[in-house]
Amino acid sequence: MTAVSVASPIAAGGGRPRIRRGSLWLGALLAIALVGPFVVSGYRVFQLSQVIVYAIALLGLNLLTGFSGQISLGNGAFYAIGGYVAVIVMTKAGLPYWAAPPIAGAVCFLAGSLFGRTATRLEGLYLALATFGLATATPQILKLDALESWTGGNQGIVITKPGSPVTGLINDDQWLYLFCLAVAIALFVIAWNMVRGRTGRALVALRDHPIAAATMGIDVAAYKTIAFGVSAMYTGVAGALGVLITGFISPDSFPTLVSIQFLVGSVLGGIASIFGTLFGAAFIELVPDLAKKASDAAPQAVFGVVLIACMMVMPGGLAGLVYSVRARLARGTIRRHRAES
Amino acid sequence: MQALLHQILSGLANGAIYASVALALVMIFKATHHVNFAQGELAMFSTYMAYELIHAGVPYWIAFFLTLVFSFIVGVAVERLIMRRMQHAPELASVIVFIGLLLAFNGFAGWIFSFTMKEFPSPFASKAWYGTTYLSSHEVGMIGVTLIVLAIVFAFFRFTRLGLAMRAAAENRPSSRLVGIRVGWMLALGWGLASALGAIAGMMAAPVVFLEPNMMGPILLYGFAAALLGGIDNPWGAPIGGFLFGVLENVAGAYLVGSHLKLALALVVIILVLVFRPSGLFGRTVVVRV
Amino acid sequence: MSKRNWVVTTAQRLTMLAGVGFVLMAGCENKKAGQGGATASGGSAAADKTATPGVTATEIKIGQSMPYSGPASAYGVIGKGDVAYFKMINDKGGINGRKVTLISLDDAYVPVKAVENTRKLVEDEGVAFMFNTLGTANNTAIQKYLNDKGIPHLFIASGAEKWADPANHPWSMGWQPSYRTEAKIYAHYLVQEKPAAKLCVLFQNDDFGKDYLAGLHDGLGDQYDKIVVKTASYEVTDPTVDSQIVSLQAAGCDALLTATTPKFGAQSIRKVFDLGWKPLHLMSNVSVSITSVLKPAGLDKSTGLVTAAYLKDPNDPNLANDPGMNEYREFAKKYAADIDPNDANLVYAFGVSMTMVKVLTQCGNDLSRENIMRQAANLSKFTIPVTPPEIDINTSKTDFRPFSQMRLARFNGTNFEPFGQVIAAD
Repeated sequence: MTAVSVASPIAAGGGRPRIRRGSLWLGALLAIALVGPFVVSGYRVFQLSQVIVYAIALLGLNLLTGFSGQISLGNGAFYAIGGYVAVIVMTKAGLPYWAAPPIAGAVCFLAGSLFGRTATRLEGLYLALATFGLATATPQILKLDALESWTGGNQGIVITKPGSPVTGLINDDQWLYLFCLAVAIALFVIAWNMVRGRTGRALVALRDHPIAAATMGIDVAAYKTIAFGVSAMYTGVAGALGVLITGFISPDSFPTLVSIQFLVGSVLGGIASIFGTLFGAAFIELVPDLAKKASDAAPQAVFGVVLIACMMVMPGGLAGLVYSVRARLARGTIRRHRAES
Repeated sequence: MQALLHQILSGLANGAIYASVALALVMIFKATHHVNFAQGELAMFSTYMAYELIHAGVPYWIAFFLTLVFSFIVGVAVERLIMRRMQHAPELASVIVFIGLLLAFNGFAGWIFSFTMKEFPSPFASKAWYGTTYLSSHEVGMIGVTLIVLAIVFAFFRFTRLGLAMRAAAENRPSSRLVGIRVGWMLALGWGLASALGAIAGMMAAPVVFLEPNMMGPILLYGFAAALLGGIDNPWGAPIGGFLFGVLENVAGAYLVGSHLKLALALVVIILVLVFRPSGLFGRTVVVRV
Repeated sequence: MSKRNWVVTTAQRLTMLAGVGFVLMAGCENKKAGQGGATASGGSAAADKTATPGVTATEIKIGQSMPYSGPASAYGVIGKGDVAYFKMINDKGGINGRKVTLISLDDAYVPVKAVENTRKLVEDEGVAFMFNTLGTANNTAIQKYLNDKGIPHLFIASGAEKWADPANHPWSMGWQPSYRTEAKIYAHYLVQEKPAAKLCVLFQNDDFGKDYLAGLHDGLGDQYDKIVVKTASYEVTDPTVDSQIVSLQAAGCDALLTATTPKFGAQSIRKVFDLGWKPLHLMSNVSVSITSVLKPAGLDKSTGLVTAAYLKDPNDPNLANDPGMNEYREFAKKYAADIDPNDANLVYAFGVSMTMVKVLTQCGNDLSRENIMRQAANLSKFTIPVTPPEIDINTSKTDFRPFSQMRLARFNGTNFEPFGQVIAAD
């Protein structure tokens, strides 16, 4: 399981006009994301916010699994920690809601680095077990009587959702959505720069050929630890935003299913793809509802079958599919050029 | 002291369940180098099959062997129809397919058989001479069955040409093809045998944990942890991991941290073991060639 | 193929997808608005102010969130039963001429999903109120939202104590007797029957299990430390509770309370028997279904089990010709043919839906949310055919506990025999 094959090879190149067209499209995407919540109902806005939160969490997992090749079945644990840190920061320390995500991210970065440091010797299946164990144990630890004054124990904690400062113009749901969107954009830009920079190249080298990377002087343990820390940070921020939009947290909110969902979303979008996370997030948010619509009797079976079918059609996720389709088109163009000349 | 003995024996009985699941995981790992997360749900489905047969009046042991055949066929079918197409897909795509299979089998079982718990008989009479208050007759029988299956699996890989061919096919596909092994069928065979082993685990576990669609979920996690603890490529190491895990969990829960943290503690111990012995207690260390 | 190209195309595709998605969503919204769902569009018409969302001259639309998938799917039967019951009511002409549409969504037992479903039901579907949503955590997650908006949150499918709090949450109300009440009844019984008992408790490590401990504290008072010798918890993710039972037996108890869900209830019956341990076994009424708990565990092993009941047992041979149960069985046969009629969850669904119908009937033509809540808190000596005749449903402005009576019963090998008086909780 160490060799995660990748949909998009990291290569240099690309002409200038392309860049402009790219930013044009990105601009259009952003425009839709900004206007969207003012067109649809409050519930849809809530759902879109949830998609953004999942996208951030998936991005965290992609940075770990897609770029450094370490598998995690336990990112739900950091999602939970992020959520709890946010709630504690707001209810116990009395800090404003916008301070919660960065603090949650910082705490999770530490937690993730610590865990990553211990787990550097584990690979593949063994790492999968260790991380899955982390996800299984987290709710049990959150329930401990000793922590009850902080975590609220089994009962969980209900928080007052932050309100909009400009109530006449933007309602509370829209405000929260925009807040999540802003955080997401910042995190996506950071991820985008990171994977293209020195760190990203080192991680990819580690993933594709750990021994060669080590001989080239890349500090394997340090980079793996960083990858875990950053991944946990992203997931923790997502957890904090998640609790802001839901307004409730309890140990039961974080079954191991959450971690499995993250993995599913991440692979479906394309494990080493940054924008694929949006598709993956939309999938895990929307498809279960569609499955219930398709079959009242066995929604879970429908979801399972859809999942299998998706993987058979696009084993590299959406990003892999896009990549191969484009590659085929490009080959076609070259052939046409040759035929013409 | 008596209580400690009781906990250890009870842990061995639970361990037998984890061991039999671990054996199925080893079988499929040796044949395909995959860990099948849907193994538990396949086993649960097979157990329902046995339940239906027994309720139709088929005697227990005949139903038992018919179920093994049925499970073998289901395993082969899954490999031929689904996994075959995933051959060239990335590893993680296969993992997602396993998760999909898990959800699908669970959902279908709930739909067909309902989520109501069913009674599943034990083949071992409850007042047999070998049953005591320390270990019930079913628990003794279950441990016995697990040990027999362990011996068979070990002998299969060690002493038969088929077992050797299967190992070869998993290890190195092109070379195996060159020496005349039909790699495709070896993979299917691995799936079939693993599925049959899983069915045994299911039928032995059902009188203890009771038959319902979610019965194998928790057991699979324990079986997986046990297999890694013992060494997932080792047909006798993995089941020993199962027994160890069962005892460790009980003793930890009763004497060290309390029952609410027993799983957490057991997992921490396993992870520590793996940090120092990355291939498990009895696993073969893999040397990577540069 | 360069990476940038790939980014560009991905961005293109995503933008198009997002665009299409929004157009679709916006389309849905408009359609909804066209149907005249009275959602918050400002007080456009004065007449709209009195109209309750989801209520028209011919229909009452209500919603619920249920675990149809995931670890608690067994309870999905309740949701299916509720839907079936309202189908029966509609076939009989509805309530005061209105048909009831119950929209039941799947939350996989995840609180976040329950919040989402509730918002969808309230904001997109425009339901009048929420009915019988399942799970303590899931209902806690939606309670604030519903109370802030003044939407009835009725007959919650959870036995937590907190639903009976009209002062702080005037829009939420439970239905079944609380777990805490039940545990209190066991405590009183134990003090009377076996004052020198040494009690052990096996409980699920969550809200549900801990409520039983709280109830024992209430009922035993300062005797708690003397009587309760040892407690052990389990997680729903544990494969077995064998180890816990062994520990409890070793503590030398002669009474055992198991506050567990059905699977672990059956396991504890089996293990207690295998150990040759013969305590007075008190079993949470969640786990006493004869077909789905006692039979799998073994009827001979279950003999002597004591529980506190408020619903009739569909398996009880003494009730084979009971008129009330016949009414239930007729419903089960005709409207819930795909569900096992011996499943206690279906009896529950029948009872709770019948109570809901009673409340809506009492509302007459005033189906404002205020009146629905007022009528829910105005049930007096209401009886349903699936409870023993002595037990009735009573609510008032200050009493949000529809059931506060239970009756102890002992399993004799074939059915539960009631004994003693009907016990009121307070």
